[in-house]
Parts: sequence; C-alpha cells; structure tokens
Amino acid sequence: MDDFITVSLALAAGSLRLAIPLMLGALGGLFSERAGIVDVGIEGKMLISAFASAAVAHATNSPWAGLAAGLGAGIVFALIHGVGAIAFRGNQVVSGMALNILAAGLTVTIAAALYSQGGRTPQLPDAARFRGTSFAAADGTSQLDPALRALFELVAGHNILVYLSLVLVPALVWLVHKTRFGLRLRAVGENPEAVDTAGIQVATLRYQASIISGLLCGLAGTYIAIAQSASFVPNMTAGKGYLALAALIFGKWRIWPTFFACLLFAFADAAQSRLQGLNIPGIGAIPVQFIQALPYVLTLVLLAGLVGRAIPPKASGVPYVKER
Amino acid sequence: MTEPALELIGIDKHFGSNHANKSVSFRVQRGEVLGLIGENGAGKSTVMNMVFGYLKADHGQILVHGHEVDIKVPADAIAHGIGMVHQHFKLVDTFSVLENIILGSEGAFQLADRLALARGELAELSKAFGLNVDLDALVSGLSVGDKQKVEILKALYRKADILILDEPTAVLTPDETRHLFDILRQWRDQGRTVILITHKLKEVLAVTDRVIVMRRGAVVADLDTAHCTAEGLAEHMVGRPVILQVSKSVAVPGGDVVTLEHLSVNDSDGIPRVRDVSLSLRAGEITGLAGVSGNGQSELIEAIAGLMPISHGTIRFRGQDLGLGGSAESVRKRREMGIAHVPEDRLVRGLIAELSARDNAILGRQNDPSFNNRNFLRPSAILNHCRSLMASFDVRPSRPMQAGGHFSGGNQQKIVLGREMENAPAFLIVGQPTRGVDIGAIEFIHKRIVALRDQGAAILLVSAELDEILMLSDRVIVMSQGAIMGDIPASQADERQIGLWMAGDHKVAA
Repeated sequence: MDDFITVSLALAAGSLRLAIPLMLGALGGLFSERAGIVDVGIEGKMLISAFASAAVAHATNSPWAGLAAGLGAGIVFALIHGVGAIAFRGNQVVSGMALNILAAGLTVTIAAALYSQGGRTPQLPDAARFRGTSFAAADGTSQLDPALRALFELVAGHNILVYLSLVLVPALVWLVHKTRFGLRLRAVGENPEAVDTAGIQVATLRYQASIISGLLCGLAGTYIAIAQSASFVPNMTAGKGYLALAALIFGKWRIWPTFFACLLFAFADAAQSRLQGLNIPGIGAIPVQFIQALPYVLTLVLLAGLVGRAIPPKASGVPYVKER
Repeated sequence: MTEPALELIGIDKHFGSNHANKSVSFRVQRGEVLGLIGENGAGKSTVMNMVFGYLKADHGQILVHGHEVDIKVPADAIAHGIGMVHQHFKLVDTFSVLENIILGSEGAFQLADRLALARGELAELSKAFGLNVDLDALVSGLSVGDKQKVEILKALYRKADILILDEPTAVLTPDETRHLFDILRQWRDQGRTVILITHKLKEVLAVTDRVIVMRRGAVVADLDTAHCTAEGLAEHMVGRPVILQVSKSVAVPGGDVVTLEHLSVNDSDGIPRVRDVSLSLRAGEITGLAGVSGNGQSELIEAIAGLMPISHGTIRFRGQDLGLGGSAESVRKRREMGIAHVPEDRLVRGLIAELSARDNAILGRQNDPSFNNRNFLRPSAILNHCRSLMASFDVRPSRPMQAGGHFSGGNQQKIVLGREMENAPAFLIVGQPTRGVDIGAIEFIHKRIVALRDQGAAILLVSAELDEILMLSDRVIVMSQGAIMGDIPASQADERQIGLWMAGDHKVAA
C-alpha cells in the first residue's frame, strides 16, 4: 500500500515536470493563435531557445543568463514568424514550419562548430542549471519515509521554473480575460476589422502577441535544456512543440483546458516510462516501442475522437488586409 | 456663420491605376443629415473611409469644426468625434454587446471597474436614443437590426459628433429602417451631424437635408433635398436621364406553366423552410414573391430550380411531375426542359469570379453541342457566343477574357441574365435581379425581364426590394415563415397590407 502511494506521488511529480514545457509551449501558441496567427512553429521556437540557453549558460556559468538567452532566442524566432505573417502576409503554416526546420538545422550546425561534440553542448555543471531540491542525502539514502519523501518532492522538490510556470497560468488567465490587452487580443483573432475600426493598430497588437508567444516558448526551451537536462542535445524537443499544439487544440484555445490537456499528455508520458518492461500475464513483456508510442496514440485518439468540434479563432491564419 | 462640422478640400485617392477619388471637396454643417449618393464604384465609401482614417488620402485636407486635422488611423478620427457604421458590421461575434462597445475605449488596463461604469453610461444612451439592446447578449445571436444598434451605440459611446453610415438600410426591414431614421433625426436635432451613404433615392428624399452626388470619383452635384426629385438625382448619378418607372403593358396571362401542389421543403438540418405552398405560375405573367429575407423565398426557388430536394408535394412543369430534385442531374434536366434560373447571389451561384466572362457565359450549357464536339470545347464558338451576348445585353467592358469577378455588379448580372434568357426559356426564376447593381443597369435589366414576359414566359421574381416587386410584377405573393400569406394582383396591391403580410399577419383581405 505504501508502495502504491509512493509510486503515485512520484508519477504525479514526473507528470508535472513533463507537463511544464508542454504547457508553456501551448500557452505560447495560444497567445499567437488568439491574436490570429497560426503557430505551428512552437517546436522551432522551443528548440532554438533550448540551444541558446544551454550555450549561454555554459559560457557564463549562470542559469539566469541562460534563461535570458533562451527568452531572447524565442522572441527573435517569434518575430521572424511575426514579420512573415503580419508585414508580408505570408502563409503562416509555411512560415511556422520554416521555423521548425531552421531551428533543427541551425542548432546542430552551430553546436557542432562551437563545441565539436556531435551537435551537443558541453555538459553543464550544477551551478549553471536550474535544479530542484532533493530530499535524499548525498549517498542517495534518506531517513524519511519513502512516501513522505515522494510527497515532499512533489510539493517542494521542483526547480524554480516549475513554480514560475505554475504561477504564470492564473496570471495569464487574468491577462487574457480581465484586461484591456486581453480583450483586444481576443478581438483581433476573431475580427481584426473590428479592432482596426475601434482605433487599435492590428499589426502592433499582433506583434505584441507574437512576442509573448516567443517568451513562453523560450521559457519552455530553456526549461528543457537547462532545468530538465544539463546540455543541449540535437532535436531535444522531440515533437513536444507539436504535442503542445495538439494540447492547444484539445483545450479549444482556452487556458485552463489547455493546461489540463498538457497534464494529461504529460501523465501518459510519465506513465509510459514506468510501464516499460511491464509483464502482462498471458501476453508477456510488451515491446518497449509500443509503450513509448502510448502518449502519441492518446493524442491521436483524443484529437480525432473526443475533442468534439474545436473552433479556432475565426481570423486565425488569415493575413489582415483592409477592405477597400 | 458657424464653421462647418466637416469640410473636405481636394481629397484625391488612387488604388493602383484606378482613380477612386478626384479632388473631392464638400462641406457638412452641424445639425444636418447629408446624403452621399452615387452608383457602385462612384467613390463615396472610399472618401468616407478616408475621413474615418481607415484609408489614407493621397492628397487633400480634412477640416473638422474649422480646424485642419491629420487623420492617419481610425483612432485619430475617433478622437475628433467621427464615428462610422460600416456596411459590413465590424463586430466580434464571440463577444458580448458590452465588450464590443468598449473595445478600443476601455479606459484602464483592468476591465472590471470600467465595465460597470460603461454599463451605466450605455443604459442612459440607449434610453435616450431608443436603442434597446441587451448588453450581455452575444453578438452572434443578434438580428442584423440589433447589430446595427450596437454599431451606433459604439459611436455614441465614443462621443461621436459626426456619424457616418455606409448603406445602413441594405439589411433592414422597412420597419427597422423607419426606426433607424428616427434615430438619425434625433441625432441631427441635437446639433450633431449625420452623413448617410446610400444608393436608395427614396431614403435620401425621406431623411436627408442636403445631398452630394458623386460619379466616377468626383462630386457632380450638391443639392438641397427639398428641391430634389428621384428622377433628378438619378440623372445626376448616372449622367443621363433615367426612367425609374418601368413602362409595361398589361399582362396577358396564358396557361399554367409551373404548378406547385402542397409543396414543403426542409433544409439539410431537417428544419421546415417552405410549408405547404400551392401555387400556379402562368405564361406571360411576372409573379413577384415578397417577404422579409429568410422566410422561405430562397428555399422555394431553389426547390423549383432542382437545387434543393422537396420533402412533400409536387412540382409540375407543363403538367409533368419534376420529382424530388436536389441533385445535379435534376438541375441539368430542368434546365434542358426550359427552366432558367438567375440565382440570388450571383457570386456564389451565378458566376465563378475567377473564370473569364467567356466561360461564365456557357456555365451550365457546356454540354450544348454548339459549344462542345463530344470531347472538346469549341473555343471559337464559345468566344463568339460571348461576344454576341455582351452586345445584346450591353455588357461593359465587352472583353470576353476578363475575369467574371472584375466586372461591376451590374455587368456581372447582365452576363448571368443574358446566359439564362438567351434561349427564350418557358420559365425564368430571377432572384434579387438588381442587388448591388447600378441604377443605369437596373433600368436595362427591368426592361429585359418585361420583354421576356411579353414573349410569353412565366417569370417568378424574388426581391428584397419591395419597390422593385411592386413595379415589375403583375401579381404579388407574400411569404412569411415559409407559408404564403397573401396573393394579390399588383394593380390592387397596397404597401401597408403587404407589410402586414410580410410580418406574418394571416388575415387575408377578402
């Protein structure tokens, strides 16, 4: 029984850790799409930020400098997409995919040139990372009851970015639903002409939304590289940006439902790593590939079957051109 | 003398090679309702969009209350007390009325306090102007009349002093129009200014104090409404005398061409749109189908044309049962039998905007042996056909290779009308023949419809413009909620009685 509690608490802590980058990416996408810019470039923004944060944290030995670099890289990439979508009225899916491809190539190329470690950045010392608190002694033993220790680790064991992200969710809900900026943001994604004729600059508003999207995706990438891991590894986002996009659609472009969708996806991910090597009586061991595929299968099933009608913001993906 | 509320001096605007406004100058006084009229493309919306900062003029000055102002964006116009209600409403469907109104004038970063304050202010404004709208209702659920009220409230809330309305009555029922005009008069009587962009002469005469007429981007007349007649205004708009009244002889009806027996039509959601309609349409007679848009007229004509399946009853054409319909096959068969159809929305069903006029002119007739030798189209025959159609229906410019969407509304309609009329159909369905069509072209289209009647065709005319129905029809039928409310010879039609029928009043005069 104690064992079950310990495992559950550890699973919950694992889910939360895995949910953070998904959630940040999805919320980044939410700001972009609620402003009317389709954001398939979440993955690319996360990846470039992961690299930038790891490289700068390595160079400065400071996780905060790494964070600043990650956020900056996210904003730069978001603005590339923004300029393409807003000023040049380009196809937003194409420009988003371009970000993803650009990030995948650019990070590995620069990393290989700088560090000659096969596209990786050097391993970061603990001081250059965001680390959680461990409730175990240095030798791995603990005087605490295992269940209690698991509880402590779930509640207080995470790194600072986890708590920051959790505070961000209600803060963003407030921003979107209770402020002038939020009202305008929601309006511009539904009917930019209404915003324009109300005396608000459509382009400015969309750039602002792009920057927020870049910040959130940058935070996600930073988290992946220098909080969850200790270096940048080629393609380390591994589709999380797409999963975030799926969570955004599953959450119907609303913050809380999107947040819970991320938790659900993350739970599937955390569970799959625990299920590996599981023996089912009568069938035997399940091949690990099947178990690893579980979160993706879950995503497919949810999106195809359970989501119902997901109606995106009406102006999403449509460049704004004034009527004559 | 006081300064004019708004003065334009030499406003010029090009869209590429199109000279949309040619040195437009005029003044609007305080406490005045100004009518700004002109045909489609005359530049009236363009010039007002520049006053509102939605577009930027190439040259020219704008003076508000005697001071030159620099209006770059709508925010500048709003700051100078200019409000605009656009033809296509600029509302966020997923927002409440209140949120739509305060958008852009929220006052503070946090919304909560401001919303409560706005609620109070708006309650007063809507009471003062008789603009009753539920502030918490979602805009997507409002009627068009209510959406317009929201737009006017938006302008009022921004303390607009000069209100510009672009074709405000295009979507309103006669009753809503009267209500709107009451509001505009009230606005004027408070010493404010209204600029009404329209092409409906009757409305100009009813509500304005002065009229500016524009033609091809320039101001051609500035008149006191009191001294205007509809004919005179139309002549200024078109640049030549226009006959607004169709001259037609008394109809000589022949036998029944189309007979509907207990016809009912359900839409794809199973909702009944046409309920138990029985009707005979006779040769040599124009039957006008009146009603507020959305009361089953569209579904009725689509069912007769074969586009929509019927759920009960029968449709007979020259005694032959046409069956259920609703398939491409049924549309094709009916066309071959001699049923022609000018659809209500020409850019959705009448034309393909991207195709050339040449190709549009044979749409639905592409299998005709004169255009097609089994495997291939005959380009030269098709081109010649289009040329002769353009000549006989006065399509301008007469360029067969120009894309359908690049013709003006009136010329698009002439292409469709020409295509549907040229084979002398026994029965013609015409939906909204003159919607978005210039006055000059209206005259022409009306004449051709009457001419087809005189050749012995049965014609079913559907129009949202009651005046058009009364003028053109020999017999008027009124629909409300899918059922026929009244059926009267046009010579005895009385506008008040028809209005009651349109509103669903069942008491048919004996």
